[in-house]
Amino acid sequence: MLNEQPVISIGSASKNSRRKLPPEISILGVLIGISLIFEVLGWIVFRQSFLANQQRLTIIILQVSIIGIIAVGVTQVIIAGGIDLSSGSIVGFTAMVSASLAQNLDYPKAIYPTLTGLPIIYPVLAGLLVGLVAGLTNGCLIAYTGIPPFIATLGMMVTARGFAKWYTRGEPVSLLQENYAVIGSGIWPVVIFLTVAAIFYIVLRYTRYGKFTYAIGANVQAARVSGINIGQHLVKVYMIAGLLAGLAGVVTSARVISGQPGMGVSYELDAIAATVIGGTSLAGGVGRITTTVIGVIILGVVTSGFTFLRIDAYYQEIVKGGIIVAAVIIDQYRQRKRRKI
Amino acid sequence: MPNSLFENTPNQKIKYLLEVEHVRKEFPGVLALDDASLRLKPSSVHAVVGENGAGKSTLMNIISCIYQPDQGVLRLRGEEIHLNSPLDALKNGIAMIHQELNLMPSMTVAENIWIGREPMTRFRFIDHRKLHSRTSDLFHRLNIDLDPEIEVKALTVANRQLVEIAKAVSYNSDILIMDEPTSALTERDAERLFRIIRTLKAEGKGIIYITHKMGELFEIADEVSVFRDGRYLGTHDTKDVTRDDIFRMMVGREITQMFPKQSAAIGDVVLAVKDLGLHGIFTDISFELRAGEILGFAGLVGSGRSNIAEALFGITPASSGSISINGKAVIVDTPAKAMANGMAFLTEDRKETGCFLILDVLENTQIAVLNNNYVTNGFVAQSALTNNCEKISQALRVKTPTMQETMLNLSGGNQQKVLIARWLLTKPKILILDEPTRGIDVGAKAEIHRLISNLVAEGMAVIMISSEMPEILGMSDRIIVLHEGRITGFLNRDEADQVKIMELASQ
Repeated sequence: MLNEQPVISIGSASKNSRRKLPPEISILGVLIGISLIFEVLGWIVFRQSFLANQQRLTIIILQVSIIGIIAVGVTQVIIAGGIDLSSGSIVGFTAMVSASLAQNLDYPKAIYPTLTGLPIIYPVLAGLLVGLVAGLTNGCLIAYTGIPPFIATLGMMVTARGFAKWYTRGEPVSLLQENYAVIGSGIWPVVIFLTVAAIFYIVLRYTRYGKFTYAIGANVQAARVSGINIGQHLVKVYMIAGLLAGLAGVVTSARVISGQPGMGVSYELDAIAATVIGGTSLAGGVGRITTTVIGVIILGVVTSGFTFLRIDAYYQEIVKGGIIVAAVIIDQYRQRKRRKI
Repeated sequence: MPNSLFENTPNQKIKYLLEVEHVRKEFPGVLALDDASLRLKPSSVHAVVGENGAGKSTLMNIISCIYQPDQGVLRLRGEEIHLNSPLDALKNGIAMIHQELNLMPSMTVAENIWIGREPMTRFRFIDHRKLHSRTSDLFHRLNIDLDPEIEVKALTVANRQLVEIAKAVSYNSDILIMDEPTSALTERDAERLFRIIRTLKAEGKGIIYITHKMGELFEIADEVSVFRDGRYLGTHDTKDVTRDDIFRMMVGREITQMFPKQSAAIGDVVLAVKDLGLHGIFTDISFELRAGEILGFAGLVGSGRSNIAEALFGITPASSGSISINGKAVIVDTPAKAMANGMAFLTEDRKETGCFLILDVLENTQIAVLNNNYVTNGFVAQSALTNNCEKISQALRVKTPTMQETMLNLSGGNQQKVLIARWLLTKPKILILDEPTRGIDVGAKAEIHRLISNLVAEGMAVIMISSEMPEILGMSDRIIVLHEGRITGFLNRDEADQVKIMELASQ
């Protein structure tokens, strides 16, 4: 116990202190371990490499970018001690709205025949706005009515999905402009994901917003006494989560070059899973963007690895569930250990 | 000092229901109980008195087996016992009625009383008819007039207390421990409680009765045991002692461990509070606080001291009255506004409302000042801030390997220093300290006292709430004594002593 140690003054003794392993290292270890398992199995079963295949690696990261964008927003929600179940549905609704404003010029059956061939900035902004408003609603419900985040965002999950279907009475939106489709093609989703991750890495680490987010998640009572306006801050946190889900919706519709009401189903769970696998504590106050990014990649590697081994998709889901539960068990174990110190 | 009171009384089968002999209990850094003894006779009410922190609660927790003693013996009806859990104690006839009631609000009275022991029908369903009749019988026996089928949440606090007592009795306990049972009761409800206590006494039960109220002590108790600073000071027949005797025993201690306040120049009024009230919690609170002054708030737990502090800092704003700072009327309804007005508030509960235990020392130190300093365009000027955090931590002699150490790993005293550092960084003019040295070791205590003294010498105005008499007497320039949400007295430093405070605080 530290209490019994002799006086060590601050600053001068950093060499003496036990350096804690940064959490990125251990989660990276898990990623490498899982990749190596697939590598070995690949050689045994097919006599080919899993990792030495650039196309596969590109597909992995492409596949997970959309979940990754959502997971960045979800990570900061979970750090603040909350949860967001609505992201997948927000993806669906924003995909519909932004697609409807990105249809080809003079397409006669367009949703808004007078608004075809718009510059792509309009559909993009409309999509982001939808996400922002959904997040604002989540935030206000949580901050000012006192209902638990689980319930508020569960409500939004159902409602936003309803809006997505209502918007075109269930019809898909197609024939989108080519330059809109660019957003979702090639390397762009990855660039957007990594940019978002980089921005929020900086935000959580170096801004007041970040410090307050951790503080609220760590001890909301103490945060209130320390002068933090809890309600206002939580509204911001959920707005950002909504905004990023909206961005993911735009990218999704651009990638598929259409808007479909069923887009994004269960994306929220993948995003939460990636966050938790990355070691962000559901109890709040602990978590990093970097580990979430690695968590997202782990999910991608597992999916890709199973496909590579030609294992049935059913088994993939079964195992994925196990990984999520294992991650939470480890998280709880770590928390208990922390409490015992 | 066990004395002639413990002579053999004939005509009784057993002399004592319960004997506690030479019990000692130590917690990390605190000797909570030293050589404590207590002997409970059948058919008697045995009062236990002492200041906050005298060790009463620890002793009760040992009797009801929540804690295990480090040393000492417990004898039940003359036989030595070793019990391992509160359930074990309950099975042996020892029932504790806690200050915080442990009933389930959305279940009925009967369900609450018999929880876990419900009478069953042949088909393993709960036999509601039997449940009802058992409860009625019990209530009849104890003269409790309550409907067994009513949900607990519909009951007043007083009635909930009666349910708790009935529940304890339903275990066929002969030893009932009541921890300040009247603290939330009106006089009439208390009267009702006393009637039930007398019924229990007539049934041969022994009741250990913790109280701060002298009036009821003489009304209901047969014997009284006094504790002070974890030490047992003796048992007396209530007929043989006076109120003043008890007061003197409770407080009569050498003041050795405290750090006296240095004299500081008292300046202008910085905070003026007029008729502050919050319905049901406190009323008519008026006082002035000057720069360079320490204003002590004394009173028992539950006297409203902390609630007033929370109102001043905007956590639970007052519903009436006014606050002015430096002569200007202000409305403080959030902690942010209180901070903007130069206030800082070290809360009573370090773990619940102070520390971010899972974050590091640096984050814990800097969090409050970030509200209005060291931030440009949302970005934290971390290197300048870290520098200042380190400086202030060094000045306060926070013992931590690095600023990156997790708060959880620091001792209580060091955590407290980090919290003080957090507030000093905001450069407050008015510092409200609620139990600033609770639960920390003597060395750190002296350091914190010295620190407070230095701050005041530099012109800080301090409100200090404390349950520790030596701290209040040693540090305060003036003392406000509170009782049940009202100010019952102002004492100047030179006229204040422990007996006066105790009297004002107990009424």
